[in-house]
Amino acid sequence: MVEFFFGFFAIMILFCSVMVVMSRNAIHSVLWMLVMFFHVAGVYLMLNAEFLAATQIIVYAGAILVLFLFVIMLLNLREEMNIEQLIDGWPAGLSLAVAMLVVLILALGSFSVKPWGQWSIEVVEKTTQTKALGKVLYTEYLLPFEIASLVLLVAIIGAVVLAKKKLKS
Amino acid sequence: MVPLHWYLWLGSLVFCIGMFGFLTRRNVIIMFLSIELMLNGVNISLVALSHYMQDLRGQVLTLFVIAVAAAEAAIGLAIVIALFRNKPTTHLDEIKEMKG
Amino acid sequence: MDITIIKPILPEIVMAALACVVLILELFIHKKETIGVFAILAVAAVSYVIPQSFGSAFNGMFISDGYSVFFKFIFFINLILAVLISIRYLKIERSEFGEYYSLMMFATLGMMIMASATDLIVLYLGLELMALSTYILAGFIRHDRRSNEAALKYFFLGAFSSAILLYGITMIYALTGTTNILAIASQLQGKMTTQLILAIVFLVVAFGFKIALAPFHMWTPDVYEGAPTSITAFMSVGPKAAAFAALGRVFTTGLIDFAPDWRGILIALSILTMAVGNILAIQQSNIKRMLAYSSIAHAGYAVIGVIAGGAEGLSAMMNYLFIYAFMNIGAFAVVIMLRVEGVKGEELEHYRGLAKTHPLAAVLMLIFMFSLTGIPPTGGFIGKFYLFKAAVGAGYAWLAVVAVVFSVISAYFYLRVVMYMYMHEPEGEPAALATSTPLGLALLITTIMVIVLGVYPSPFLAFARLAIG
Repeated sequence: MVEFFFGFFAIMILFCSVMVVMSRNAIHSVLWMLVMFFHVAGVYLMLNAEFLAATQIIVYAGAILVLFLFVIMLLNLREEMNIEQLIDGWPAGLSLAVAMLVVLILALGSFSVKPWGQWSIEVVEKTTQTKALGKVLYTEYLLPFEIASLVLLVAIIGAVVLAKKKLKS
Repeated sequence: MVPLHWYLWLGSLVFCIGMFGFLTRRNVIIMFLSIELMLNGVNISLVALSHYMQDLRGQVLTLFVIAVAAAEAAIGLAIVIALFRNKPTTHLDEIKEMKG
Repeated sequence: MDITIIKPILPEIVMAALACVVLILELFIHKKETIGVFAILAVAAVSYVIPQSFGSAFNGMFISDGYSVFFKFIFFINLILAVLISIRYLKIERSEFGEYYSLMMFATLGMMIMASATDLIVLYLGLELMALSTYILAGFIRHDRRSNEAALKYFFLGAFSSAILLYGITMIYALTGTTNILAIASQLQGKMTTQLILAIVFLVVAFGFKIALAPFHMWTPDVYEGAPTSITAFMSVGPKAAAFAALGRVFTTGLIDFAPDWRGILIALSILTMAVGNILAIQQSNIKRMLAYSSIAHAGYAVIGVIAGGAEGLSAMMNYLFIYAFMNIGAFAVVIMLRVEGVKGEELEHYRGLAKTHPLAAVLMLIFMFSLTGIPPTGGFIGKFYLFKAAVGAGYAWLAVVAVVFSVISAYFYLRVVMYMYMHEPEGEPAALATSTPLGLALLITTIMVIVLGVYPSPFLAFARLAIG
């Protein structure tokens, strides 16, 4: 049963990824990406990461992709659709990606890890996943959390500086 | 039970599809989405590892990756808009202002 | 609350707070030069708290040691000099906004975090903080298409490389179950696996993009040419040094047991980088583009320090970057001086007969070009000398010979600038120079340091050695 769900999600994710890359129209790409994000969230649910599944949909699908759609609508991209979508040298890109994929598949096939950590499914269930993640995030990972806030601040400044219509002075 | 390496394979496949898109497409929006695909490939691997190790570190890193991806999207699209104001195209080959 | 736990990170906290203050000041201050001056004062404040900062914090995610402090001083020098050369230049480019200085400070903060990070997650976030700020700065002249294009290219390659870095981090996490750089070595126990080779390759590629090692250098010429010249100076030193700091930390502590493996990759990349940088620089007629290729070549030299390894190799690399900061920003300061209203001043042609029209500017450029070539008695010579000495000491004499050969080739394009200035007659109207007090100050500091480092380098060498030891 679990294998069936995994297979379904995996096939959908891969199909959508290929469609994102191969679509002629950027809007179609974004919509395929949306479908893909929902299935990635499904994979996260299978891995007992409910909070991340929610984040994936709220932040990735809800915020980032909507931003993409806004920008595409803002820019009028009609003539783009008549251009060949791939560059002339695409076989080189394809062979590089395939070579890397083969290496990765071979290297990762034999891979296994020991469940040495303290956050087994039972413990996470007892504390609830969001609480467990919050505990780790706000104690052990406080420093990266603070740096992430600065990264977002810089993003706000950057968006204003680069995209605002008129700056004073 | 699904073995760990199925998830890792899925992650690496998504990563490589994203890489292929980045290397072969020249529409800035789709190149951008390709990078997001690569990040999603990494995220799938991280969450799977985190689950099988029973350690939350991987999930924490995934959260940070999502936050940084949001920041990157904001800045990248701002750059695209700034560029579009000066030259209305999103095709990288038409943007070329400098030789080389 | 106990203050001692945040002591090691105090310089970063002060920097972050002051960067926010600079952001707010932009609202009230109309003379943007004042904000630049404030940014320099902020650096002084941060350097003041650095001596008390030694130690480790946040579960060993962050460390303030001699190694990171030395790099932080390189970043401060980079920031101060870049601010000094920006003040007048931004006015000419009609892009005088206070956010510029604030973003520079955030970028410097990201570099400081990178140099101090002992956890790969912190390293990644510091890198992103630095990179995102620099993307914005590269596109800061919004009405200039070249600047937009530079920002876009820099952004794409940067985002691509950080995705690769993340995959490398994921592999390391998969193998060790930790992201702590110091714990990686003990977890791996010197066991070589296919996955580890992949992780090393991914990390080398990701850092290679940031340092601009060939064949991951393609973005550099376009980005350096298109970005505002002051930012080109800023990012040809700071982000590069930060990536070197991270590379040195990850490879010589976390992955030290696998040195023979990564050394081979780095040697190949180093030779390729020196070749590409020096040979392609010869064909350039645009000074900014030429300096971009030159900065690629210099990254190739500096990697030799990491390859040689040990205290001697690392301190030689640190010294080299320290000297490189002065001579490279100095050269860009002269380029900025030639940028006046209506004249880009970036082509080699603009330097024709500069010695006749503006002898002082020509002399300064001469000193920086000599230093970049590595001719004594300038700092560049000392930097290269100790780098090559470290390589010979570690048993890589042949690599040092290769580097010397490429240095000789580099003399061709550096000295061609000198030839244009001194051997050619000026054509047409002599162009004016955009001099200003801050720019003059920057040139004064860089010139004095390049000469002092060339004549009397021992205190600085001792400082780097002490930082490592």
